Amino acid sequence: MILVLIEIQDGKIKKSSLESLCFAAQIAIVKGLKVKAICFGAEDCDIELGDYGADELLVVSNSATFENDQIANVICQLNVEMQAEFIILSLNSTGKNIAGIIAVKTQKALLSGVVGLKQEANGISFVKNVYSGKATVYYHIEAQGAVLAIMPNGVSIQSDKAKKATKQILKIEPQASRIKTIEKRMVKGKVPLTEASIVVSAGRGMKDPGNWAMIEEMAELLGASTACSRPVADVGWRPHHEHVGQTGIAIRPNVYIAIGISGAIQHLAGVNNSRKIIVINKDPEAPFFKAADYGICGDLFEVVPKINEAIKRAKSNS
Amino acid sequence: MNLLVCISKTPDTTAKIAFDPSGKKLIEEGIQFIMNPYDEWYALVRAIELKEQLGGQVDVIHVGDAQSEMVIRKALAIGADAAYRVDCIPKDSWDTATQIAQHIKGKSYDIVFLGKETIDHNGSEVGCLLAGMLDWPYIAYANKLTVAEAKAMVESEIEGGVELAEISLPCVLSCAKGMAEQRIPNMMGIMNAKKKPLEVLTSIVSDSKMQIEKFELPPAKSSVKMISPDHVEELVEIFKSELKII
Repeated sequence: MILVLIEIQDGKIKKSSLESLCFAAQIAIVKGLKVKAICFGAEDCDIELGDYGADELLVVSNSATFENDQIANVICQLNVEMQAEFIILSLNSTGKNIAGIIAVKTQKALLSGVVGLKQEANGISFVKNVYSGKATVYYHIEAQGAVLAIMPNGVSIQSDKAKKATKQILKIEPQASRIKTIEKRMVKGKVPLTEASIVVSAGRGMKDPGNWAMIEEMAELLGASTACSRPVADVGWRPHHEHVGQTGIAIRPNVYIAIGISGAIQHLAGVNNSRKIIVINKDPEAPFFKAADYGICGDLFEVVPKINEAIKRAKSNS
Repeated sequence: MNLLVCISKTPDTTAKIAFDPSGKKLIEEGIQFIMNPYDEWYALVRAIELKEQLGGQVDVIHVGDAQSEMVIRKALAIGADAAYRVDCIPKDSWDTATQIAQHIKGKSYDIVFLGKETIDHNGSEVGCLLAGMLDWPYIAYANKLTVAEAKAMVESEIEGGVELAEISLPCVLSCAKGMAEQRIPNMMGIMNAKKKPLEVLTSIVSDSKMQIEKFELPPAKSSVKMISPDHVEELVEIFKSELKII
């Protein structure tokens, strides 16, 4: 049996949770296991999780909000009876806070940052990226199973399983927590960078924070999230939460568009797992071109508005 | 405050990564090793700041062989008071956490700090495992910390925002950008570091729950397709037909 943590935010299942569920479904097929999804507090959750591969949905219902450590406790408590072979969750802020705790309490291996699996003669091995995107590693898990924390945007979502998931409501009181959330301050209206499938990012080449309208416009036209390089976050041209790179957020969107960013190795370390990289820079020697799939060497103040106009034309023609 | 900072040794960010023919081992020749940047910049410096503010002691611990001493001495030069090295090459994050937990059980630390992840295995695993082994509360990716009495207020990164939480002590915190600013050791610090205690501890046995089958380098990237700045509509066509984003 595989147990998958499903998280709900604003009444919707998080994309990262669907990725976890789809990854569980892949293992389930290879190993002939059942998939149980567990979510907290959303009795009325009506997404057909069976489509993504769940056989059963367990809803832990309580009026209280569960803190991360309480979620970990419930999962460990349920596992005593269920004896899951794999416990799967996203390596998002929840997973980072509890995956290891669950692994210790269930005495399972911990593997975080998983992006795939590979069938081998002696079973399956799990794949993750290491050395800040410069290499990949394959892990073989011993018999006691594992807690797998899935890298956000690392696994594709497929809703073709057409299973009918049964639903069971569990009444569980949360145990006392040693962590108390005081408040969450969210940036409104934008897809979190780790979950964004398209990212438009800009750097020092923009010359002035007042020039960002064209970046915002491109992001708007493409339905993308905006990001930036470290120097522009450090001088306060852009908010820190937009900073991608080694010290900032590591992302792996489908498409990463880098405008006026030279591509220092510290920046690449946070974006080099993007599936396609497009670089716009006036310096033909910018190191970023070596990591790019498509490049335009030119003045961004001319090129970006022209691209935006061309996108508008393409959209109005289709 | 009794504070412990876990420090790891990693290849420098700019290091060229290659593996031996078995695919199981990093070729270490020619690689410069450094203190894992997040352990150094955020975890260690924040612990030192806290000591400067509230008094107490900052210990550092490292799991590794004698070759790691330069990393440990650097931590002492930056301002840690005492160091421990568990003498073994850790098999995995579980092993590392087991060794550190063993040391902590005999002490009375209030907060254990680590960086948000190491830049080699990128797992964010040790801190959370350690919290599980100690049965202490844990917050990952902390970027602000204030301590008052037996509680800490911690701000941490979450998807699309930040979260402010109160956590009871003792606790484990992994640290991200915002916690502190890098400190460069000065000459006085470097001189003093030589006189500070560095105790070598014997490791304990830990079972391996997983094994590395092999490392692989990514396939060589095909060269970039350049598009003329005068024909940006070609890029938009790629957006449409190849990338399917419009």
